[in-house]
Amino acid sequence: MLAYVIRRLLLLIPMAMGMVVVTFGLLLLIPGDPAAVLLGQDATPEAILNLRNNLGLNDPWHVRLWDYFAELLQGDMGRSIFQSQPVAEIIAGRLGATIELAVVSLVLATLIGLALGVIAAIRQGSWIDTATMLFAQLGVSMPVYWLGLLLMLLFAVQLGWLPAIGRGEPLHAAVWAAVTGRPDVLWDSITHIALPALALAANSAAIISRLVRASMLEVLREDFVRTAYAKGLRKGRVVIRHALRNALLPVLSVIGLRFGALLGGAVLTESIFAWPGLGQLTIAAISQRDLPLIQGIVLTFAIIYALVNLVVDLLYAAVDPRIRLG
Amino acid sequence: MQLPKALKNTSLVVGAAITLAIILCAIFAPYVATHGVEQMDMRNRFALPTPEHILGTDNFGRDLWSRMVFGARVSLTIAIISVTCAAIIGTVVGVVAGYFGGWVDQLLMRVTDIFLGFPAIVLALAIVAVLGPGILNVSFAIIIIAWTEYARVVRATTLMLREQNYVQAARALGASPARIIFREILPNALGPIIVLSSLGLGTAIISESALSFLGFGLPPPTPTWGWTLAYGTKFMRDAPWLSIVSGATIMVTVLGFNLLGDGLRDVLDPRQLSRSGSKAGKANN
Repeated sequence: MLAYVIRRLLLLIPMAMGMVVVTFGLLLLIPGDPAAVLLGQDATPEAILNLRNNLGLNDPWHVRLWDYFAELLQGDMGRSIFQSQPVAEIIAGRLGATIELAVVSLVLATLIGLALGVIAAIRQGSWIDTATMLFAQLGVSMPVYWLGLLLMLLFAVQLGWLPAIGRGEPLHAAVWAAVTGRPDVLWDSITHIALPALALAANSAAIISRLVRASMLEVLREDFVRTAYAKGLRKGRVVIRHALRNALLPVLSVIGLRFGALLGGAVLTESIFAWPGLGQLTIAAISQRDLPLIQGIVLTFAIIYALVNLVVDLLYAAVDPRIRLG
Repeated sequence: MQLPKALKNTSLVVGAAITLAIILCAIFAPYVATHGVEQMDMRNRFALPTPEHILGTDNFGRDLWSRMVFGARVSLTIAIISVTCAAIIGTVVGVVAGYFGGWVDQLLMRVTDIFLGFPAIVLALAIVAVLGPGILNVSFAIIIIAWTEYARVVRATTLMLREQNYVQAARALGASPARIIFREILPNALGPIIVLSSLGLGTAIISESALSFLGFGLPPPTPTWGWTLAYGTKFMRDAPWLSIVSGATIMVTVLGFNLLGDGLRDVLDPRQLSRSGSKAGKANN
């Protein structure tokens, strides 16, 4: 297992370097003088000259790439062009909200996906199966921001049950507040996160449910399931203890992949529900063409995604020896 | 593919019907639309659906149905350009990696992994942010996030086909790699590529409309679905149908391509009945 962990960690290094190169390459894509383009038409020549020096545009690109690497290794992502603050600080202030939203959505998506997938599989061919798979097909085809708007329209505007926008206290702080006798704080946080998390979860829930169903159908045909039935075990026990446990393996890797998708989807969801995370920051940075900030955000997303996939791969290897030995 | 068998596949038939209808609407937009895209009717602002305006009107009294019909042109054009390019790039990378193996394979697949490692919509946004809006720039952004899928699938297919007896025989007969790739491997890899392309058109439409929704797609007055949806949110209380209709249009279109792709998969490749969960709606999130 240790050899596998080391191999997998080493693989992360060229991967991260490649991601830095792609992120850096964004600057090279800008047609013309990046400094002039980034500052817009109203910029003074001095401001452009300043920015050119700031971004190091007077150096050849390989020197700049080298500097970029060197700075990143020291945790320096450069300075935002429009907010006079280091990019790393700005991102750090927003990261928590996005991770909270993505994690809650992932948990929701996994629970809904598992439940629907298992029900559809054990009732294969029935109307429940058809309805579930129809839901999954719609969930996959639905734009995440549209679902967000529909949910907001129904639960916030029409029914008035939940707040339409914003965020309560961070969940971990809210849980602590609830423990120390202020449950209303936790309730406030939950009502705020409910709609964005549900909107973000739907697409992944649909994909997970289809995968769970397919995987369950395959496992339910296996000999050991027949043996379990032959032993006289009850259906519920066979489904949960024997079939589901084995069907979960392929699902695990997809759940990891979905986390990246959820981070991306957070950009859209956050912009609808005014959730103060990285997604909102992304939109702001892009509207202003604040390139160092954009690069920092893209890289942050990629690195979180890579780390999540690392954890999933290691979990997978821990559960299934064929992976780490193969 | 046998036609009678294909006609029994519900996904395929429904998907093909939906996509065909939308493609026809886009091609014959001037005839299908009941009004001009920019034609204003100030007496009928925010009209609910009526016989004259079958999907209602917006704040300028512009006919929503006509805007949806012309919007189909934009979405389909971008989707077709980007899926064609992504499929070609991905196929070349996949077939080269799979056929030649060794360090070529290692290098190409690591590059593919790197691009897969970015959340799709974030990378697309960043690209459009630096390049600026426009059909080609939006398409370029979608190509960058979409080609990886083809590379992985075509590589896997090539690896499998390379070991088949008829390919081995062609090699024994002294056929050049180019001939083997074009005559033996690519024709047999076409099935998965077609399936992915159909699903990819849906994903591309979701990506394009997401970019437009956020205001980074084609600028107004182009009647994109995503922008109409975003614009409609301003009138959420008084005229929610603006957003509801444009979102539903996007969903039905994507649903059509997804059903078509699923159906084609069943018909073209019956061995692979389970569907990998990572594909559709990737860019959605």
